[in-house]
Parts: sequence; structure tokens; C-alpha cells
Amino acid sequence: MEILYLLIPLGVVVVVVAVAAFAWSVKSGQFEDLEGPAHRILMDDDDPMIPRRPRPGKPRDLKRED
Amino acid sequence: MTESARTDCYHCGQPIPPGVTLQVEIDGQQRPMCCAGCQAVAQAIVGNHLTDYYRYRTDRAQTAEDLVPQELRDLSLYDHPELQRSFVHAEEGNVREAALILEGITCAACVWLNERHVGSLPGVLEFRVNYSTHRARLRWDDSRIHLSQILEAITAIGYYAHPFDPGRQEAVYQRERGAALRRLAVAGIGAMQVMMLAVALYIGETDETQGEMMQFLRWVSLVLTTPVVFYSGSSFLVSAWRDLRRRRFGMDVPVSLAILSTYFASTWATLTHSGQVYFESVTMFVFFLLAGRFLEMGVRQRAGQATEAMNRLLPPMATRLSEDGDELVSVHDLKPGDRVRIRPGETVPADGTVADGRSSIDESMLTGESLPRARAAGDPLTGGTLNVESPLIMRVERVGEDTTLSAIQRLLERAQTERPRLARLAEQGTGWFVSIVLLLTAVVGLVWWQWIDADRAFWVVVAMLVATCPCALALATPVAITAATGALMREGLLTTRGHALETLSQVTDIVFDKTGTLTEGRLSLIAVEPLGARDEAACWRLAAILERDSEHPVARVLARGEAGAMRAQGLTASPGHGMEGEVDGERLRIGSPRYVRELAGDDPAQLARLDALVAAHPEATLVLLGGAQGLLAAFLLADRLREDAVETVARLQGLGLRVHLYSGDAPATVSAIAQRLGIADHVGQLTPAEKLERVRGLQDEGAVVAMVGDGVNDAPVLAQAQVSVAMAEGTQLAHASADMVLYSRRLAPLGEAVRKARATVRIIHQNYAWALGYNGVALPVAAIGLLTPWLAALGMSLSSLLVVVNALRLAPAGARGARRDP
Repeated sequence: MEILYLLIPLGVVVVVVAVAAFAWSVKSGQFEDLEGPAHRILMDDDDPMIPRRPRPGKPRDLKRED
Repeated sequence: MTESARTDCYHCGQPIPPGVTLQVEIDGQQRPMCCAGCQAVAQAIVGNHLTDYYRYRTDRAQTAEDLVPQELRDLSLYDHPELQRSFVHAEEGNVREAALILEGITCAACVWLNERHVGSLPGVLEFRVNYSTHRARLRWDDSRIHLSQILEAITAIGYYAHPFDPGRQEAVYQRERGAALRRLAVAGIGAMQVMMLAVALYIGETDETQGEMMQFLRWVSLVLTTPVVFYSGSSFLVSAWRDLRRRRFGMDVPVSLAILSTYFASTWATLTHSGQVYFESVTMFVFFLLAGRFLEMGVRQRAGQATEAMNRLLPPMATRLSEDGDELVSVHDLKPGDRVRIRPGETVPADGTVADGRSSIDESMLTGESLPRARAAGDPLTGGTLNVESPLIMRVERVGEDTTLSAIQRLLERAQTERPRLARLAEQGTGWFVSIVLLLTAVVGLVWWQWIDADRAFWVVVAMLVATCPCALALATPVAITAATGALMREGLLTTRGHALETLSQVTDIVFDKTGTLTEGRLSLIAVEPLGARDEAACWRLAAILERDSEHPVARVLARGEAGAMRAQGLTASPGHGMEGEVDGERLRIGSPRYVRELAGDDPAQLARLDALVAAHPEATLVLLGGAQGLLAAFLLADRLREDAVETVARLQGLGLRVHLYSGDAPATVSAIAQRLGIADHVGQLTPAEKLERVRGLQDEGAVVAMVGDGVNDAPVLAQAQVSVAMAEGTQLAHASADMVLYSRRLAPLGEAVRKARATVRIIHQNYAWALGYNGVALPVAAIGLLTPWLAALGMSLSSLLVVVNALRLAPAGARGARRDP
């Protein structure tokens, strides 16, 4: 059981590192918008490389509007 | 969806007015639009290849025309360097940075639309929107694009952005949030670790052979608990100290007492190898309370940010006429005797008289009257009102403290100090509770020390203090109020002051102000009556052609019709009367009955029909269209009742409230509306001071009054009522004096708020009963020396959990999963 005398203090060091990492993430603004990024990932912010409408005038994917 | 798509505007979801056939082709399909504003916005979105917005959005957009307040349409003012100094941060070269508040964001797709559109403008370096707060950070190169052009681009796609000064409030919020999150993290991670070690301590407690290991684990727990108590818990300790110095007993005093006594007793036990340690209770206690406070802070900050968003930076500038021509000066620099030019759409900067020109002035923010009044040379002008039609030269007479607006502000301050207050539930009884517990603990400690076992007396006292640790008690009120406030925010009712819900639950009387509260606060067309040879659609089209460039509110309503490509020739405006112009070679007039009849003449048959029409709609405004050949049509415009006004009033009465209507409008209009809504007590033509007097009269009879209002003239009354609700469309002064702000266009949240407030108070009482009951059981157990650390930790977490779960019943069922913004 002597190994606990090493492992538990090591655990405390890990806790300190975790708290420091969290403090850094707060400081770098990662907690300022908790909702936006979840939606942002769903939307394309690059222009499509493949033309999305092969036949002009054809209504596309009606079920997905709204 | 397909059915409603045929009758509602594809862009904003509003019903399409009769006679409007506007369409936009979106992704290969023709979509109906309700007005020219929505059409223009949809066309801009299609033109910029951003139609994905319509696929991604989860909520309809706002109606384009309602979004931008008229006085702020002139965006070029924002380029003025003098004005920019207050909100623009200049970097090297021409790079500028500003923070914007975006209005009109209804779902995440709006964020995408804005970022894509603005980001693609040449000269814009960075544009990031924060979806939670509706704020955006903008960096641009001023040599390639101007701020006003960027703001115009945002307006083009149907949003409204205005700069704000992020220096003050925003920085405070950010610091507060950061500090709270760090504290929460330290407490949370610390509590987890200490709890883990505590399990080992519980199990090894009876094992004599593991004494050394036990002692080691205690020391580690002490090391982990110390930052939790003195860093995470410091906010409780500091505010408890502040309370004590002011000789008050808030909730923080017993909380700090519990934290410190448990911590020091456990430390003492660790140092002396005796007694028991309660480190896990302390850390968990701090963590629970901090989590509760963090949620509370989130709701409070949101409310603050939402109210700040309404504080549009009104350019406090005026155009002064001097010998060297016009100069732009700050409103504070105006002196009596100055001559000032007020263009249409600008706000009157001070009190004075018209020196030259004729125009109509919109005084709705002062008087609540929705129609502008005609003003000519020699007529008085009040600061804060809005010039609607044509340029005016004004002679300034009173500035600063002497203006009407300042007088109302003083009335407001006085009312605020005189408002009767109800005691806060949270602070009732806390002092009593603490004193009783301390007294009991002292008595039990003395009994143990004297008669039972002097060695154990200290540990029994500690156990009692841990058992009575007011965790559940401290969470009882804030969690319930936070849950209810969040639920109401989703309904569209924003609570800006903490006491509002508690007071609302005790309200006996609710006072409405007619304009903008029970009605929509803007004109809409209620009837078109063709009087001549042409049919309704043709008349409606002629009206739109004639009125398309006019800024008068009546004209704005009529201009919503479809004008097509046709233009009127030789348009001339006659302020306060109407417009005249030639369409297809025919000379036409539209406007007030007298003005039109000068051209169209009097036909007895038509006049009889007009009389009948006016008699049928006493509250409506009559606008005529006519040519040299005679009258063509009559348009009736009125400020319509809100859709659910009747139901809401009935619901409030059903909840046992007395409903009153105290208005500044003409008595005939007020009684017409009161009758339709079933309000018995209604009075018209009241001044702000008289309204104040009436509310005070009700309060003297013992009533607890809730006031719903929107204008500047309502602000003092809002402050006098025990709890007040302002309309989001209302003025800033009204927002500032209100406890709640109604964002929704519907009135229904009011009834819901009263119900919710009562439920909240009921839940708070239940929570108190539970917390006190738990203490009542735990205290005797601790007093006879049976409370072990694991029992204390279990009891405390279970009682706190129960209080929180009970409070969460106030949140709407679906809200915890799918959250929507207010």
C-alpha cells in the first residue's frame, strides 16, 4: 500500500494541472458562447465545390426547408 | 407547412395583407411576401447566394419593416469621427474595431447569414457573432469600407445592427463570468477528489491497523479543501463580512459560519489526530452553492444584456445654424437662442419653437398619441419627439435640466424612492433560524460538557453545525426564482429586477395604459371602401404609388401596397394634410378629408357613405383618395388591439385580479376599447401626474399594483407601482423604470407570469418547509452524537438535490433539452 503515498500526491498534481487548464480555457474565451458553436458546425461556411443543382429550376429537397 | 406557406409571408411568417401579391423566387420556387421590406430582404439574400439560410433556419425572421426604428435609418451619422470616438477602437493604419449589437436574430441560421454576408464585403477583416448574446465583433479597413456601409449591408438582409460601447457593462460581465467559472471549477474538481478520499475514510474508520494511512488521507483532504474554502468560497465569506459590518443577517452569514466552523473543526481534528473530519461536506456545500449562484448570475447577465441591447446609441448630435453655415454639435453644447435644423427622421434635440417650416411631429413617446401632429412656425416643440415629414428650423428655448423630458425624469426619481416595498422572502426568517440554531447548539454543547462526556462535547457541537448547514435553505429561493425567470424569458418576458416575481405573486390590481400595451401601438389598415368607379385593388395601388416616398406613419401603412413600376409625376407634400401628384396624367390627392375634398368636390351620396363609415369605426382615422373627377376611395386606419388582448384580460380577471385602464388618450377611444375588453374601471385623458395619483390611491386602499406601460409619460407610474412591466417597443426611460420587459408581441405572457409567480412562491415555501424539516430531523441526531461524516454528507446532498429538483418543476417541460433564445 506504500505506493499510495506516491500516487495520491501525484493525483493532487494532476488536479492542479486540470484546474490550470480550465482557467486557461476560460481566459481564452471558450466559455463565452456556449450555444453558437453547436449550431455553427452544422452550417457550411465554405463554397460548395460541386454544383448543387445539376438541373436549373428543379426544386431541391423540399422536405428540408424550415 | 405548405398550407400556411400560401397565406403567410415566406420570409417573416406574418399573414399577407389583402391585395398584396409580392413574390420572390427562392431556390426555383415562387414564395409569397407580405411587404416590400420583406421582398427586398429576400431578394438581397437570394442575390448574395445565401438561400441556404431558408433551409437551415428553425424560426421565422422578423418583419423587415418593423425592425429598424425610423429615427435610426440614417446610418451615415455613425461615420462621424466625433461620434465614433465613443465606441470605435482604432488600430494601426486604417484598421478599426467596434462591437455591435445585432437585432432580429431568431435562430442560429441568422448568425450564419450575417457572418457570411458581412464577411464577404471587401474591406471587412473580421466579423464574429456570439449567438448567446447577439453581440458581434467587427474589424474593418476604414480606407476600403465605412462603418455605415457595413451597417447598411446588415440592414439589407433584414437585421439591424447598432454599435455599443463594450467598455463598461460587457467587461464587467466577462470578468464576473470568468471568475465565477474558475471558482466553480476549483470547487467542483476539489469536491470530487475529496469525496473520493472520503469513501476510503468511511471504510477505514473502524480499521485500527490503517491509522497512518487514514492520517495521510486526512492531510491530503485538508490540502485539497483549503483552496475550495478560501478561493471558491471567498465570495460568501466577503459578503458575510460586509453583512455583519452593516449589522444585517443575510443568507451569507449562516453559510459562512457553516463553512468556516466545519473547516476549522476538521483541520483541528487532522492536526490533533482526534475526532472526525467533514472535508467532503464543506467542499460539496461550496460547490452546490456556487453552482446555484452561477445559474442565477447567468439569468441576471442575460437580462442585463437584453436591456442594454435596447439602449441604442442615439446620436446626441444636432445641426446648428451659424454664420459659417451648418455645423454638427453635441446636444449638450446647445444654448437657448440657437437655431437648429431638424431634418425629417431626426429627433428634436431640446425644447423650443418652430422658427421656419411646416412638418408633423411624432409625440407618441411623450403623449402616447399614435398620430403625428402638424406643427408650423411659432408652434412649440418638445425635446425627444420626432420630426416626421419635412425639414424644420427650430429656435431653442430650454435645454438640459429645464426641458420637459428632465421634468418627467425628476418625477420618475421621486416615484422610485416613494414606491412601497414588500419584504423579500429570502431574508424573512433567516436571522431567526440562525439565532435559534446557535442557541440550541450552545445549550446542547453545555449539556454534553457538564453532564455527559466533556471530551466529546466539542465534536457534538461540530456535528450539529454541520447538520444544520443551511445548504438547502440557501438554495431554496434562488433556484426557484432562476427557473421561473428562465421559463418566462423563453415566453418573451424578461425579468430585470430580482424582486419582481415575488411581488407579482401578491398583486391584486393590474393597470394598463392603452397605447402600445393593449393595442399594437402602430396604425394598420382596417378597411378600404371604394367610392368611385375603380375597385379596391386599383385604389390601393394608386395610394401606394402616391405615398411610396412619404415618411408619415399613415403613408407608411398605405405604401405597403404594391406600387409596381409606376411613378407619380410632380409629387408635392402638404405637411399635415397629404400628398398630391399625377398618375397616368390624372391629378390625384391623398390625405385628410378636407384636403382631398378641396380637389374632388362634395358629392352628397359619397358624403353620406363616408358618414356611415366613420360612425361604424369611431376610433379610426379616415384617409381619402380623390381626383378632379371626384372621390375614389376611403381608407380607414386604426391602432388595432393586440391579437390576444381580450383573452389576456379575461385570464387576468380569472386569476382574481382587478384590471384598470388609465390612459392619456381621448375618453371616447378609451371607453370603446375598455368595453371590448370588459374593463370596468377606465379613465381617459390623464396626465402622468394624475395617473401617478390614481395608482397611489389604489395603493392607499391596500392594493398591490402591477403597471403595464410603454411611454415616457408612463415612466413615473411604472416606478410608483410595486411591480411594473414595460413593452420592448417602448422608450428607454420606461425600460429603465420597469421590473420586467415584455418582448413578445403577444400579451399572453402577462397572465402566464402571474400564474408562474404564484407557483414560484408556492415552491419556495415548499422548499423552506423541506429544508427546515430536514434540519429538524438532523439536529436531534447530531445532538445525541450519532451523526457520522457520511451521514452528514448524504443528508446534505439529498436535501439540496430535492430542493433543486422541486424548483426545476417551474421550468417548462421541453426547455431543458431544446433551448431557445428569448
